[in-house]
Formats: sequence, structure tokens, C-alpha cells
Amino acid sequence: MLHFTKRRIFFLLGLITTLFLAAFYVLPLGVILQKAFEGFRAFLLVDGLLKKIGSPLVFTVYQAGLSVLLTVVVGLPTAYAFSHFDFKGKNFFRTAVTLPFILPTVVVAAAFNSLLGSNGWLNLLLMRVFHVETSPLQIMNTLIVILLAHVFYNTSVFVRVVGAAWAQLETEQEQAASVLGANAWQRFYWITLPLLKKSIVSALLMVFLFDFTSFGVILLLGGPAYNTLEVEIYLQTTQLLNLPLAGVLSVVQLLVTFLISWSLLRDTHTGVVTFLPDVKNERIKKPATGQQKILLALLLIFLFLFFVLPEISLFFRSVVMVDTAGTAKFTADFYYELFQNTRASLLYVSPFRALKNSLSYALVTMVLAGILGVMAAYGLLNSKRVKLLRALLILPLGTSSVTLGLGFLLTFTGVSLFQRTPQILIPIAHTLVALPVVINTLYPAFSAIPENLRDAAGNLGAAPLQILSKIDLPLVRRSILVSALYAFILSLGEFGATSFLTRPEYPTMPVVIYRYLNLPGVLNYGQAIAMACILLAVCALSMLFMERLLLKDKKS
Amino acid sequence: MKETCLSIRAVSKDYEGVPLLRKIDLDLHEQETLCLLGPSGSGKSTLLRIIAGLERADEGNILWYGMDISDVAVEKRNFGLMFQDYALFPHMNVAENVAFGPRMRGWKAEAVQERVEQTLRIVRMEKFRDRQVVDLSGGEKQRVALARTVAPNPDLLMLDEPLGALDKALRDELGQVLHEILRELKIPTVYVTHDQEEAFTVGDRVAVLNFGKILQLGTPEEIYSSPASLWVAGFLGFSNQVPARVIQRNPLQVSTSMGNFFVEHDSRERFAERDDVILVIRPEAIRSAPKMNGQNLLSGLIRDSQFRGDGYRLTLQMENDLIFHFHDTMRRDRGDRISFEIPPSAILCYPAHETEDHDRKAQ
Repeated sequence: MLHFTKRRIFFLLGLITTLFLAAFYVLPLGVILQKAFEGFRAFLLVDGLLKKIGSPLVFTVYQAGLSVLLTVVVGLPTAYAFSHFDFKGKNFFRTAVTLPFILPTVVVAAAFNSLLGSNGWLNLLLMRVFHVETSPLQIMNTLIVILLAHVFYNTSVFVRVVGAAWAQLETEQEQAASVLGANAWQRFYWITLPLLKKSIVSALLMVFLFDFTSFGVILLLGGPAYNTLEVEIYLQTTQLLNLPLAGVLSVVQLLVTFLISWSLLRDTHTGVVTFLPDVKNERIKKPATGQQKILLALLLIFLFLFFVLPEISLFFRSVVMVDTAGTAKFTADFYYELFQNTRASLLYVSPFRALKNSLSYALVTMVLAGILGVMAAYGLLNSKRVKLLRALLILPLGTSSVTLGLGFLLTFTGVSLFQRTPQILIPIAHTLVALPVVINTLYPAFSAIPENLRDAAGNLGAAPLQILSKIDLPLVRRSILVSALYAFILSLGEFGATSFLTRPEYPTMPVVIYRYLNLPGVLNYGQAIAMACILLAVCALSMLFMERLLLKDKKS
Repeated sequence: MKETCLSIRAVSKDYEGVPLLRKIDLDLHEQETLCLLGPSGSGKSTLLRIIAGLERADEGNILWYGMDISDVAVEKRNFGLMFQDYALFPHMNVAENVAFGPRMRGWKAEAVQERVEQTLRIVRMEKFRDRQVVDLSGGEKQRVALARTVAPNPDLLMLDEPLGALDKALRDELGQVLHEILRELKIPTVYVTHDQEEAFTVGDRVAVLNFGKILQLGTPEEIYSSPASLWVAGFLGFSNQVPARVIQRNPLQVSTSMGNFFVEHDSRERFAERDDVILVIRPEAIRSAPKMNGQNLLSGLIRDSQFRGDGYRLTLQMENDLIFHFHDTMRRDRGDRISFEIPPSAILCYPAHETEDHDRKAQ
């Protein structure tokens, strides 16, 4: 019988993770590099390569920079309020602000559409009030709506990282500064800001990374006029079939994202699936002065309008039918239609099937990411080069899902063995997207277990495998569940890689929502909205469950 | 008598409905070091924070040379507060930490530099000026914190358990250094500690604080020689206590389960015959045992005799099975039985109802 020594176990765990990453991460990126090389050779002779790279790159950086700026404007006061004040409904607002992080892009796109689109509530209202025939507010397909969506998404990242750091910041340093003669502004500038610098910088880098690689938001809300690198890669691949150019663009994208993730590596926040901690310390007080109350009330109203209204609007759009005359009535038709196969179209797939596809992909992703995450995190624990290895494992976080999708497509479909994309590639791609966060959640959990517990178990006669199963796994089981749930949610909403790999007859929910949103007609629109509602509900429930688990974890 | 600089007038403070401070009155004189001595939770740190302006008293006033400063902002008071765990700024080096106060007060750059050198010299840390504070040891941090606190020339110095975070050896060494520095600086100082030895070493006067009240105020000698209450005696470590009953008023004599004892009369308390009292026998009583004349005889079984450097700690099991401790001058054999006479001046006597009173208040 094979004897599992500690060494062998770690070697095995490391080997499996390495093989997985080599096959599904390194190899696809290598193929992209190769394509890009072809591209460079071909394009070097042609003018305009620089322009072809330059214009999407400039726009990508521009919109990401603007988004980051706006995120700070919204995020800083929000983080301040959450880390300094106790107020009624704080939990509700906390959830409202942090929920977007796990919402699928198509859901956000649909929600914004239902509120601000030409058929959205705001336009319907304006049309009724001003008695006009056409929608007065044309905000879809503009830079504004892209920025709005990015702020909607990333405020949660900013608030979570900075707000958590702020809430946990010792108050003593500020008090010491005030005794030493520093007034409120001096305290903020000399003490608070420098002490928060690390978390602010890492939050900004993360937000920039997400905005830089944003795909769904731009494609769904920005329309064809706004081509970021991601959208350009997608268009070059799927519509113009210019794979070398797509490869070149991917390499440019990779360079930038690697650079950002590299600078993020030293930071443990990268993997936060945690929520804004409900810290009770002396810093958190009820708003005392009238000025504080008014400012807080204004902020909460803004947060409600910005973070809650889109979801409410989405829900009401899914149960209200508005006809051309402008009369509205409640209906369950959109939901009912989701489960009917009324059209005998060849390409038609019932939304119910999409739901089933999404769920099965998500389940496979959850299991795969969970197992690989545990292996990698546990393997890291005994590695001498934790920092380097962890860095390598986190890198896929910066790799955009579109690049991953392209890599998969180039690597695994060119081979004659797979004439069509094998379905299993989708959950594997999702696993790769989720894995960095999973590892960054699990590794701290594993390393929080005191080493002497393992030593004690060994001393009492437990073999290495028994130590793993009897000591480590039970102690980190909630973290495993949390990160697996995160992988589940991520897979449900994943759009970038999926849109490359999905076969027409096996679409996922986000893909179907995207299709329906682009089809004309009230019924199609309504069905897209209804499906987005279902997706939203599943994600929100999963997040609440995650939050529960995390709370329990904190208590024990 | 030096002029009074700081006056605390009827200061009260509740924390979440529990009274922390009840009508505290206290004066601090120029050049004086006043120790606030009390167990944790006695409200001494809160009083310090109220003086500093970090918290507001619910009632009462803080006066500075007779002027009410309750409404003066923290940063305008020019008081120095050294925090218990120092609260050094982790993102600044030693010199920057020390320079912070003068800078905030708008000193010129050269003056700041000069002051930094000067204060670092006072605390003997001049070689550490460019070090990061996170790399310092506990004792070094403590000295940097002291330098930072005195750098802006505060009018009043407040030290919150300045030695509390250090281990025993360092505490003794740095306590001495601190004591010398305070003497040199001549800034009026409020010094908070839970350690009576520290309070007695550093304080010109000591205020014993508990249950939100000042239980006793006096010089270290006064407090040690006649603790104002049973609680103070207990807090000072006088643990040899036995219930007794007054059998004679003048001279005061009481009966206990260990026999009858004469007690040097304490004018503060007027006892009546048959009053229930608690006797406290000072731990050094055995050292001053006079020639035997058959009175105030105490005898017990030696349970232990531990060497303590400057003498021995003797553990006795008394006749009524109470365990008493004494500071002894010589080693004794375990299991032996000894008898010795204690002078009436080594016995303190307190009304018995005081215990119940405090127990009730403490709740």
C-alpha cells in the first residue's frame, strides 16, 4: 500500500494543481502568444497596427481611469459613513452596497436598462409627464452609462477594502495626534490617510483592474461605439475572424493586467469575499450633530437611489407589462413564457434549458474550484516559496476572462479531436476565473490554524492524511463553503469567457439574457428582464448565505 | 505650598448607564506629580481622558489656573498625554514622531529639529532618531512616546500606565529613568497606574481611586501607614484580615477567633463596644516584634517560607485555619509552629459593614 507521507501528499497536491494550471492556463496563454507573434509579423508590414492597438488601449485606460475617480468620489464618503456611524438600516445598506460585486454583468446591464433605457421607467415617466412620443433620455450606449455601471460595481470593492481597514483602524493614533495639537484636517492628512494608504492603493488598483478588463458592461450598455480592448478582442475573434490581431490585443491586455496584479500581490485583500465587517468599536457612534445627520441622510438617499433602485426597477419591469399606449398592468407572462417552447426555431433554446445549463456549469465549477482551491492552499502552507507560488496562483485574477476564452478557443478547438467546443471547457474556464479568489480566501484560513494543533495530532498518532481530514478540513470548512459558493455565483454570471465558448444549443443564462435584450419586441425584453430577475435572486440568496456563514465563522 | 494649576471639580461620567466617575474633586499643584492609583475599571484612565479633552464629563468642570477649559478643544489645550500602548505613528520614524507635536503647533523647521534632538537626548534615544518605530523594542517605544509627549512643551503631562506594557525587569529600570526625567522636567504630571509600588516611587501625592471615587488622597507614606479604608488596605496588599468584635474602647481591644488584641486607636473611626470590625495585620508586623509581654500573641503553623531577595515571604496557617503572609527576615522550617507578638501599631481596624457597602456599590 502506498504510504502517504507528508512530503508525498504535498508533492501530489502541488502536482495536480500545477498540471491543471499548465494545461488550462499556461498552454492557452502560450497559444495566444504564438498567434500574437504571427500577428506582429504580418502586421509589421501593414500600417495602422499601432492605431489598431492604440485607440482601444487609450479608451480602455481613459474609461477605467474615469471610473476609478468616480468610484473614489462615491466610495470614500460611503466607507467613512459605514466605519464611523451607527444608523438605522445599516445592515440593509451594507448589503445593498456590497451586493453588486457578485452580480452578473448582464443582470446589472438589464437593471440599468430597465431603469434608464429607452423603455426604462425613467423614460416612461418622462414621456407621460411631458406628453412626448419618444424617450427623452438617451443615456444607453453612452460613456455615462458605462461609468455609472462601473461605479455601481466597484464601489463595493472600495467600500469593502477601505471601509474595513478604516473601521479597524485604532483610534488612539488620531487621539494622540489631537493631544499633540493636530486639528481635524491635520489628523486626517497626517495620520488617517497615511495609515489607510495601503488599503486605498490596493482598492484603487483592484477597481482599475476590474474596470480595465470590463467586458459585459461595455458590450451590453456601451454599444458598438465604445471599444475597449476586451470588446475589440471579442469582435476581432467572433465577427472579423482576425485571430492574430485578437492575439496581439490580448498580449497588450495581459501585460497591463499582469503589471497591476503583480503590484497587488503583496496585499491580502485581493481575495476578499468577506463583507464589510460589523466592527463595534469606539469609532462607531450615532451621528451626533445636525450637520452629521443631514449629510448622512443625503448619502443614504443617494445610496438608495444608486444601489437599490436599479434592482427594484428590474423586478417591477419583470412583472409589469407596459403597452404602446403607455398603460401598465401587472403580469406573470414574462415568467410564464420563460418555460414555454412556443417557437419552433432551430436555434431556439428554452430559457429553462439555459437555467439548467447554468446551474450544472456552476455546480461543476463549485466542486472543481473548491477541490483545487483546497489543494493549492494546503500545498502553499508547506511550501518554502509561498510568496512566489501564491503570486503565480493569483495571476489569473488579472487575466481577463475574454483573453481566457480566446485562449481556450484557440487551444482546444483548433485540434480536430474537438471539432466543437467541449462543454466541460466552460466550467474549467470559470474555475480559472474563480480560483485566485478561492485560494486567497482559503490560504489565510489554513494558515490561521496553529501549527501545534497539527503537531499535537501527529503526536497523538494521526497520519498526515488523517491530520488533513480530521484537523484542517473541519476547521476551515466554512471558508471552503464560502469560497465554493463564490465560485458558484461567479460561474452563474460569467459572461466573458462563456461568450467565446458557449455552443448555440447550450447557452447559459447570461448568454440568453444578452440575446433577448438584443431582440426586438416587448415579450423578448420582458423575458430578458424576468430571467435577469431569477439570476439576481439566486445570486443574492447565495450571497446572504455566504454572509451567514462568515458571521458564524467570526463568532466561533 | 505651590500654586494649584489643575482643578477637577465635581466631575462625573457614566459609561452606558454605569457610573464611572462620581463627583471627583482633585487639585494638582505646580511641579507636582500626582499618581492616580486604582485597579482596572476604576475610572482612572477615563479621568485622564477627560482632562486631556478626549472625552467630556457628564457633569463638573476642569479648571486650568481657575479658568474652565471644558469647552477647549483637545488640540488647543497644550496638555501632553502618553498613551498606555504609546500610540506611536507607525508610518513615521522616531524623529518624525517626536517632531509631530511641534510641527502641528507651527514651529519653525530649525526649532523643531533642535527640539527633537533635545528631547531624544533627554530620553537617551538620540541614536535611534532615524529608526522606524515598528522596529523598536517595548522599552525603546516607551521612551520615544515620552519624548513625543514632552516635545511640544506641554503645560501638563499625563501618563497612562507608562510602564504597564513592559516586563518586570524593564519596568524597574525604566521606572527609575522616568522618575528622574519627571523630576528634571518639573512639568505638573498626572500619572495613572494600577501598581502601588510604581505610584509610591513616582508620586509626590497619590490618589487611590475606585468605585468612581477618590478613596484616599495623600503622600505615599500617609497612604501606606494608614490606609483610609479596608478596601484601600486590601488593594495595598494587606491580606491578613480577620473578623473581630470590639470588647473595650480605650485602649481599643478586640476579640477574634485567634485571641484578643490591642489596637492602636485610630481617631478617624469611633468604635462602640460590641461593634463588628475587621482587623488587618500588616505583613511586616513580624519584623518589629517587641519583647514578649504576653499580649497580642499570634501563633501559627509554618506552611512555606520563600526567599524573596530582600527577605522571606512567610506563609502561616493560623489557629482558625486562615492563611496569613508576613515579610520575614529569616528562613524558617516548614511544619514548625511559631508564636510571636505583634505591636498594636501594626494592626489596622475597620468597621465590618464597610465590606458590604463596597460590594453593593461595586455592582
